[in-house]
Amino acid sequence: MPVLWILAIVLVVALVGFVLGRQRALSSGQGDIRNLHSLPSYYGYNAALFGLVPAVLVLAVWTVVQPLVVQNSVIDLIPESAVEDAGNLSLVMSDVRRVADGLDVAVAEGAMSAEMAASLRTDFTDVRTRLGNVGVALGSDVTQDTLRVAQRYRELTASGNVLKTIVVLGLSLGLTGLALLRTSAQFRARNVVEQGVLLLLLAAACIAILTTLGIVLSLIFNTIEFFQLYRWTDFFFGTTWSPSFGGGSELGIIPLLWGTLYISLIALLVAVPIGLFSAVYLSEYASPRFRSIAKPLLEVLAGIPTIVYGLFALLTVGPLLVSVFGDNGTLGLGWMQGGTAVMTAGLVMGIMLIPFVSSLSDDIINAVPQAMRDGSLGLGATHSETVRQVILPAALPGIVGAILLAASRAIGETMIVVLGAGAAARLDLNPFEAMTTVTAKIVSQLTGDTDFTSPEALVAFALGMTLFVITLGLNVFALYIVRKYREQYE
Amino acid sequence: MTDATATPDAAPAPHRKKGGSLLELDARTRKRNAAEARFKAYGVIAITIGLLFLVALLFAIIRNGIPAFTQTFLTMEIVLDEETVEAAEGSIVATSQYRNMVAEALQVKLADVGIETDKEPRDLMLMLSPGVGAEVRRVVQESPELIGETVEFRFLTASRVDGYTKGRVQREDLARDRNLDATHLDIVDELMDQGVVERTFNLAFITGSDASESRPEEAGIGVSMLGSLFMMIVVLVCALPVGVAASIYLEEFAPKNRLTDFIEVNISNLAAVPSIVFGILGLAVFIQFAHLPQSAPLVGGLTLALMTLPTIVISTRASLKAVPPSIRDAALGVGASKMQAVFHHVLPLAAPGILTGTIIGLAQALGETAPLLLIGMVGFIASNYPDGLASGFLDPNSAMPAQIYEWAKRADPAYYERAWGGIIILLAFLMTMNIIAIILRRRFERRW
Repeated sequence: MPVLWILAIVLVVALVGFVLGRQRALSSGQGDIRNLHSLPSYYGYNAALFGLVPAVLVLAVWTVVQPLVVQNSVIDLIPESAVEDAGNLSLVMSDVRRVADGLDVAVAEGAMSAEMAASLRTDFTDVRTRLGNVGVALGSDVTQDTLRVAQRYRELTASGNVLKTIVVLGLSLGLTGLALLRTSAQFRARNVVEQGVLLLLLAAACIAILTTLGIVLSLIFNTIEFFQLYRWTDFFFGTTWSPSFGGGSELGIIPLLWGTLYISLIALLVAVPIGLFSAVYLSEYASPRFRSIAKPLLEVLAGIPTIVYGLFALLTVGPLLVSVFGDNGTLGLGWMQGGTAVMTAGLVMGIMLIPFVSSLSDDIINAVPQAMRDGSLGLGATHSETVRQVILPAALPGIVGAILLAASRAIGETMIVVLGAGAAARLDLNPFEAMTTVTAKIVSQLTGDTDFTSPEALVAFALGMTLFVITLGLNVFALYIVRKYREQYE
Repeated sequence: MTDATATPDAAPAPHRKKGGSLLELDARTRKRNAAEARFKAYGVIAITIGLLFLVALLFAIIRNGIPAFTQTFLTMEIVLDEETVEAAEGSIVATSQYRNMVAEALQVKLADVGIETDKEPRDLMLMLSPGVGAEVRRVVQESPELIGETVEFRFLTASRVDGYTKGRVQREDLARDRNLDATHLDIVDELMDQGVVERTFNLAFITGSDASESRPEEAGIGVSMLGSLFMMIVVLVCALPVGVAASIYLEEFAPKNRLTDFIEVNISNLAAVPSIVFGILGLAVFIQFAHLPQSAPLVGGLTLALMTLPTIVISTRASLKAVPPSIRDAALGVGASKMQAVFHHVLPLAAPGILTGTIIGLAQALGETAPLLLIGMVGFIASNYPDGLASGFLDPNSAMPAQIYEWAKRADPAYYERAWGGIIILLAFLMTMNIIAIILRRRFERRW
């Protein structure tokens, strides 16, 4: 039975449970609401929650785990020779899965009877053409081994599905029944329901932990796999990046890190002065009216999607820079060969970061106590002297934190560098050269059909891991600084 | 300042004018005042530069994107002769037979409006989109009753011709072109004067599907818009309940313990994780591990939901915190349980704030591209409209930002124009969502 149907039935059971639970409680209280411990609907919720939550949980876990269990139990059936022929186990398994799915489709479309699909032999039937007839294309002829494993896979999956249906529906019905049995006028339904809801709330809060765990695990497992195929010293200290899917590629991270840091540096050189001066002006000088117009306008820059900045870099800023610094440019310098360059990406990323720096610094400058301003002004300092010699030093830790947060943004930014920075990994000092970054290479190594077995694809996970660690470190450090600074004045 | 107190007994000597006049600035004060003015000017300059960047960005978007909404069409009549249609349908290459039909009709049309040309019909066809044969065939198959009659068609012109009428393609550029040459453009000019070729609003760009690399004139953003819509539904359904539940727990019920601290640290860190890392998560967990279909809006939506979760949690917690404790106390005072106080009183009062935060989170998710690249929502031609709910969630589709990226990658000025046009549509959606959020906030915001 399809998962959606099971889900629908469970929902119906829960609904029925709600109605029955409510009625049962009312009749147990002789129809007078005052005889009940809780409001009548709580008895209904009680029955519904019991019928719904455990069943849905089991259903979800079962649906995810079953394919893994089935796969593990059929792996023993695959002969060594088949694995050697195909190159590795996961390829054989994907063949098996495709054949099994194909048989399912064939049975569903009536091209084969269920018994026939289960007893098919390659000696008598050309499985590939028969599956081809129902629209399942197979890459190669099906061997008897693969077919046998696929049939076993289907068998196990089918029995697993039946068992799943029985267990889930049984659980739902059983628990609803149990809840109904316990329903009486004295039953503390509200307390039970509230405990259940609290558990659900806690579970929702734990999704955040699960997400982090998911990120860390998916990065770590694939990174470990990568380092089994490729020496970690070559990865971290290699100065050449030249992946080739044919093999023999050099995957050194140094040029990518250099490109990332160089672009981020230029971005910060653009964003920090502009953002900081804007923040100082807006919080110290501007009239409320000017502030209420200029601040939201600057923040529009933060709400624009990065793909827009990427296109802006590729099609507007790049050609503009070439026309100034390029071979036939107005300055006649000939520094720049193509539109995609460190400068292009850095400049546009800087624009993106302006509101980030300015809003954070604005908050921090506003948090400096008014007494310090008044004291300085009272001693005869001008407004700018107050800002430079009192407010900024007092706000410095917070501002450094804001800049670090902006830096972590810049390092993790993808679309601008994918479109604006170029694809060649270079170790160069010229900011008008095309260079590439960690994020851009993650994208280029993982887009398209990849099989997650070659070092060229797996390296993206190692790059992701590096990126994750760097940005996380920067963030934790920045938040630590900001928090410490805040405590100073609270 | 100092003179008044320094010498109470002796009158100040007239030559000791150390402090100077208050009416006349001394050099030092002038210097300090100049520094003050300069400092203030730096601030003004910084803000001006920031706003100039914004203006430049918007100018570039609008200037480059507006042409994408118009398209050049050529109107002509074709006699759907029964014999020719049958011959074409019987042939293996039906569309190319129809193309020949169009070519002959085009020659007739040119003669009709009085344009003399010695070009072959095949050569003339370069002015029209390569897809015209297929279009005639579609019309014939959809309404067979038209066979034998003269039907008026409105054909897309080739992207070069379109570019010429929009000023994107100059005559000099065509010198290097092996297809179209200046004589074609002369014909186009004359046809424009006659009103046969005209540039009009192109609805197909907004509702249509993506086209192959060589036919930018047919490409539209409609299918990927639907892809984005399905993704946003997934994001809303997954992220909103979980986010609100998590915030209620953390804000109202969480005891101060290690677990709570750990959850808080996780949420604040997730908010700062680069979006591409969420793409890696989606790829590894949903596709590599759970074998969900690649390029499906469901997977994209789940990935974006995880990414949006911290945003929703942070804004929900802020609006829960804004509800004054007196509300809770009053509810508890009349005998409500803690859970009842939260769900019956605090949550409804915080709802506008939660809604605003959710809309802003959704807007963020709508514009996000990087994770979608990793789970495979680019690199193919999103040409099929989903035929139903299940297919909408599970069949490969693109999303608006991914489609824009795809067009930007095709390195063809005609596609660049469409990428800019796509950005206008995307920004229109984002702007609408943000304006709704602002209106909601203005309308329902309560100051306690």
